[in-house]
Amino acid sequence: MSPTISCDSVYKIFGANANKLLADSNGSVDAKQFQEAGCIVGVNNASFDVEKGEMLVVMGLSGSGKSTLLRCISRLTDATAGKILVDGEDICLMNNKQLVELRREKMGMVFQNFALLPHKTVIENIAFPLQVKGVSTENSMYKALEMVELVGLKGRENYFPRELSGGQQQRVGIARSLAVEPDIWFLDEPFSALDPLIRKEMQDEFLRLQGVLNKTIMFVTHDFDEALRLADRIAIMKDGIIEQLDTPGNIVLNPATDYVKKFTEDVPREKVLKIESIMDPKDTNASENLKVSKDDIIESVAEKILNSKEIIKVIDPKDSSEVGSINPSKVIKVLFGG
Amino acid sequence: MDKNYLETIRNSKPAQFGILILIFLILYFLIPQSENNYLWRLPSVLKGIPLAINNVIFNALYEWFPLKVWDPVFEMYEEKAAFREFTKAVSQGLLFLITVVRELLLGGDKIIDVFVSDSWLKENDWLSWPALPWTATTVGAFLLGYQLNGIRLGLLGGIGALYISVFGNYVPSIQTLSFVLITTPICFVLGLSFGIWGYLDKKVETALQPVLNVMQTMPQFAYLVPIIALFGLGDHAGSIATIIIATPPMIRNTILGLKRISPEVVEAGLMSGCTKPQLLFKVLIPAARRDILNGVNTVIMQCLAMVVIASFVGAKGLGLNLKIALNSLKIGKAAEAGLCIVIIAVILDRFTKAWADKQKDYFENLTFFQRYKLLIIFAISVVIFSIIAFISGGYFDKINYLYVIPIEKGLTIAHYIDGAVDWVWETFFYSLNSFNKFLLTQVLGPMKHAYLGMPVIATFTLAMGAAYIVGNARTALIVGGMLLFIALSEYWDRALITMYMGSFAVIMASLNGIILGSIFGRTERGGRILLSFCDFFETFPSFVYLIPVIFLFNITDTSVLIAAIVYATVPATRYTVWGLKSVPLSLHEAGTMSGVSAFQRWTNIEIPIAFPTVMLGVNQTVVFSLQMVILGALIGTEDLGQIIFGALSRTKDGAGVALTLGIFVSLIAICVDVIVRNWAEERKKALGLA
Repeated sequence: MSPTISCDSVYKIFGANANKLLADSNGSVDAKQFQEAGCIVGVNNASFDVEKGEMLVVMGLSGSGKSTLLRCISRLTDATAGKILVDGEDICLMNNKQLVELRREKMGMVFQNFALLPHKTVIENIAFPLQVKGVSTENSMYKALEMVELVGLKGRENYFPRELSGGQQQRVGIARSLAVEPDIWFLDEPFSALDPLIRKEMQDEFLRLQGVLNKTIMFVTHDFDEALRLADRIAIMKDGIIEQLDTPGNIVLNPATDYVKKFTEDVPREKVLKIESIMDPKDTNASENLKVSKDDIIESVAEKILNSKEIIKVIDPKDSSEVGSINPSKVIKVLFGG
Repeated sequence: MDKNYLETIRNSKPAQFGILILIFLILYFLIPQSENNYLWRLPSVLKGIPLAINNVIFNALYEWFPLKVWDPVFEMYEEKAAFREFTKAVSQGLLFLITVVRELLLGGDKIIDVFVSDSWLKENDWLSWPALPWTATTVGAFLLGYQLNGIRLGLLGGIGALYISVFGNYVPSIQTLSFVLITTPICFVLGLSFGIWGYLDKKVETALQPVLNVMQTMPQFAYLVPIIALFGLGDHAGSIATIIIATPPMIRNTILGLKRISPEVVEAGLMSGCTKPQLLFKVLIPAARRDILNGVNTVIMQCLAMVVIASFVGAKGLGLNLKIALNSLKIGKAAEAGLCIVIIAVILDRFTKAWADKQKDYFENLTFFQRYKLLIIFAISVVIFSIIAFISGGYFDKINYLYVIPIEKGLTIAHYIDGAVDWVWETFFYSLNSFNKFLLTQVLGPMKHAYLGMPVIATFTLAMGAAYIVGNARTALIVGGMLLFIALSEYWDRALITMYMGSFAVIMASLNGIILGSIFGRTERGGRILLSFCDFFETFPSFVYLIPVIFLFNITDTSVLIAAIVYATVPATRYTVWGLKSVPLSLHEAGTMSGVSAFQRWTNIEIPIAFPTVMLGVNQTVVFSLQMVILGALIGTEDLGQIIFGALSRTKDGAGVALTLGIFVSLIAICVDVIVRNWAEERKKALGLA
């Protein structure tokens, strides 16, 4: 099956003569050179796929081009060069009408500063994408009420955005982006404007929703911990270039560049790594008494493993088949360094 | 000269200003006054401009682009200029709309005359219904206010309408209202369209800016003569003058509001699948709603401020009554008409603001009667009051007081006001007069003399030098170019008098505003109260300010200047309060912990930080002062305004003269604006506030 989103050598360069400069550069873009010529490189040769139902988190500091990349894929801005396929169709070639159609049917987006329409109430904001699509007022309100319940804002339908807290506003933003039941869900630093406790709560809520909905997700954040917590795969960006794109475990264990390493150094590995990433091949000496799942986070089962003092079987939770073994010494190594 | 010394001057603006003033003074006293000395006065080589403008207008109206038009009276084709046909169509259209609203409210069955021939109604005398009685209008005003924001706004509307009716100003008030009801929507549509266009196209916005600057700083009078030339006299001409004055703030508010929308909101609209029209009408305009409705509010206020001026080109209503009363020195009558304008202004102001804040409830489940309760009550009251008025027609012998209370039969307190004015006049005659005399002979006279004795080279040095110091060479050239345009005309001396009056008013108003703002604006509560005073005074049409001062100081420069100072103090105060509010709390705390006294806090913390904002207030003060100074021509001053006013009666080149001088006044204001704005921006940058 083809990937839901597929980017091939995507460039985004801001500036008057971006096209010409890019054509002259033969694909190898140097940000500094371009800056001297009066252009700013937003995205530099990005190629990757996002599979159906996968959550790709794009992580980078401000100015790294992560939001620009997201905007190229939602075509809020036009990529300077490259191919962006959504369900096999190149969205860069779409005309305005097709684009409107695509957004109405397939895409939903959540914004950093919520971007709620200030003149509309909670319910009107959520119903908005349905109404512009031409759904009758009655049906769109009915659907919007459903969404209100889904994000836990029941009873606040008639509030205005200004009357809500940040967390509540973002719940409205989430509900709005889901109202048309899109396949692809873009989230642009959705929790960055919230304070830490609310952010944690919203992340949990987000994971719960994703568990129910199973959308294809591109999630942009500058918070490495958030990326580790949520992602199936993480793309780390710097100066428009994707430095590394891999699973959280692999990024922590094998940072590809020094830049990535800076992020991973202080990460408590037991909180990130799954058993899978440190397990050994199947071992006939493994204890029969205990089993752990390969998807378990190390920290959550560390006590169990260390107490047993034996080699333990690792299974695949899907079919309970044995896929490997784990030696307590490996866990000690993760926990206490080495 | 020592190198270090030069370096100091390069880095110190006060030193530069000092040197500039020194050069100015040397030039001032060195240049001899003589007609042939071009350093003293430039030759008026641009004398021909007014006439040229007039020729353009004349040719446009009678010569250019001739069209063949069918003349139904002579049954033949006639050659007529396309532009003339256009202005005619505009005039007729506007007049038709105003008449429809007016007759709908005041004429009863006469509304039919507007649509069909005059004789139709006479032939069909079975069809007849009375005009809207004032009682029904009062109930209507109450219900509308109640619907918009509850009982208090209802009472404001009801009592306001009651006062207007009982004091006999019902007819002129409705005439004024019909004028506002037609003019406002036109300004709204024009302003919104141009605003959106400017927002969507950067080039359009850049082109609009200077045009709007000139339109907003040009004295209202300057438009009147060209409008008479193009559109003739009547309510429509007043309406057109008002549209020209009131549309620019609407355009600005629209652009401002649209620009303030966060880009994320626009993106959210796009990602929700909006087409371009949907994005415009469902996201952009509603999201900028508050600024746009503020624009509508400004438009309405401008319309009411214009009613007196519009009466000079034939608009009927309160403005005309006020003008007539003022011309015949009936202060009481003028004050009553002025009060009615203020009442209408306040009511419309509050109503539109309440309307702006109104919201819709999707989940209310109302029956037809509940939903339209107030409308039904209004309809019933119209019928009942009309019947009562109709029946009681037999009871009154001549005038049916239940329809309309005519102005000469209404209650009046005019003679009390006249009495009070007389009393003040008699009691304080000596002190007022001596104050007036002192001001004229000791302050204003010498100041005027000093301005008129200024060689043209000195004026240019001062203005361009200041522009260069706060800006750059380009700023200086802009200012110089604009002044040159005036200096090469035959009106430079008049312009100097305008500058003298303007600068006196600006200095006094700024001082007033800064002092008032500093005294009361330092506490949260004081600031709020002061700002609401500013709101209140701003609803007064500019003309109203002239009424009291004329009677205290007669027709002199003093009266005009005092009116200008009072009028222009409002923006100076407002911006001072805003500026003081902008001082961050942390700075206050830092000051407190450093142990500053109240005065030190003011001079060392508050004023420096608030300075850029205060300067923007001074900027506004310039525009306000000049407007009032030119308005002062109405009561007789001898600056540019007087000639503009005089042009009203000049048929040959009146339009050209008025337009040219109007542009001169606007150029003076823009020169000051360029300098002050640059200065404020630079200070802001230096303070890291930009």
